[in-house]
Amino acid sequence: MTQQLMQQPMRETASQTAGPYVHIGLAPQQAGFDIFENNFGSVLFDDKTKGERIRIEGRVFDGIGTVLKDVLIEIWQANAAGRYAHPADRQPGKAVDKHFRGWGRSCTDFDTGIYTFDTIKPGSVIGRNGRPMAPHINVWIVGRGINLGLSTRLYFSDEAKANAADPVINLIEWEARRATLIAQREDRNDDRKKGPPVYRFDIRLQGDRETVFFDL
Amino acid sequence: MTHTTPLGRAPQPDAEYMMRDTTSHPSALAPAYKTSVLRSPRLALISLQNSLSEVTAPVFDARELGALDNDLILNAAKDGMPIGERIVVHGYVHDQIGRPVKNALVEVWQCNASGRYRHKKDQYIGALDPNFGGCGRMLTDENGYYAYRTIRPGPYPWRNRVNDWRPAHIHYAISGDGWVQRLITQMYFEGDPLIPDCPILQSVPSEEQVRGLIALQDRSHFVQLDSRAYRFDIVLRGHRATLFENRVQAQGAAK
Repeated sequence: MTQQLMQQPMRETASQTAGPYVHIGLAPQQAGFDIFENNFGSVLFDDKTKGERIRIEGRVFDGIGTVLKDVLIEIWQANAAGRYAHPADRQPGKAVDKHFRGWGRSCTDFDTGIYTFDTIKPGSVIGRNGRPMAPHINVWIVGRGINLGLSTRLYFSDEAKANAADPVINLIEWEARRATLIAQREDRNDDRKKGPPVYRFDIRLQGDRETVFFDL
Repeated sequence: MTHTTPLGRAPQPDAEYMMRDTTSHPSALAPAYKTSVLRSPRLALISLQNSLSEVTAPVFDARELGALDNDLILNAAKDGMPIGERIVVHGYVHDQIGRPVKNALVEVWQCNASGRYRHKKDQYIGALDPNFGGCGRMLTDENGYYAYRTIRPGPYPWRNRVNDWRPAHIHYAISGDGWVQRLITQMYFEGDPLIPDCPILQSVPSEEQVRGLIALQDRSHFVQLDSRAYRFDIVLRGHRATLFENRVQAQGAAK
């Protein structure tokens, strides 16, 4: 049996939509009930995590510009040194930060449609053939009406030089579309204290300025 | 094994994944599933070769999960047992070449026996069950095996066409070794008469792939005088062989 399988790979299980009630399974508190002691959430750091605290905030739009209030977004990123907390990452000279897994999930708010992540800015990761990739966060979007999870990347507006050299951004032949991957930094000062920088990252599933999605 | 090339460059990731076969999945645009019409990208996806960003993924620890997280019969029970048919669901998570995916996070969610989700946005007239939550999670073991017990979910009507009913199903989210393996799907039940008419399930492009989403009753794992059992195996993206690739020289071509 195994020999046969080696020669003829099996098909990946078919994807299905996460549906409108994805929150029950993946973010039960947002669905309106408390069931697990430990919930996976949208805050990726603790007190001891190294790196610059940032907030990511955005909305998701459909093909006619409607704000979607029922999608779930997950992010996966390297730590401040540019290292993923995973055994396949053996980049020399970069340490794992045991206070940072680099993964989180957030749902768009039922009223405002805004999703947020509180995380740290990742360092640069070495890409294929030794070419450094600009700091980026991997983003995955699922929800009602999305038959196969959508993958994209978030890059940072204040990394223009690194972005210009990024091997993935440069694969996008249509230069005008590259901007869809750049989160815009907004420094918001309220009266009491300076908050972390906010990077606004809106995602457009379809239509004018459709976000670049990747076939990974 | 060293991972620095003579030129001091980090090499490609050790474990690259097979290209996704898009014919295994529903198209983003499946007009019979009306919500997909405005939520499906119209432009081509940009194909990426794997980098570390795609071959890594979060690693989970059993200590993050609670003792009842994989027991949907008890994990929300307040003052009695939930109502409905008791079932065990179990199976293996493996990759496309048959390797077990160990320590994969499997998250499941579902409605109760009357077809109602415990969700503030679900307005269906079917009754909530005070003793049933409808979500669970677990990690696969060394063999890629997972198991949980629950109440068999009911079918329910949904706003697509006025007589569309979802076949009974349990939602799954699986996180494997690599970000590219991340998958969300739904498990259906053998023999459900609603299966042939479901616009969501029938958006899957082949009979073979539809069959892969239908759990079979598994009498060998019935819990005697207690529960029936269903078997549901999951296949995630597999690693590919990297034959005859001159990786450093491929640099120019990559542009």
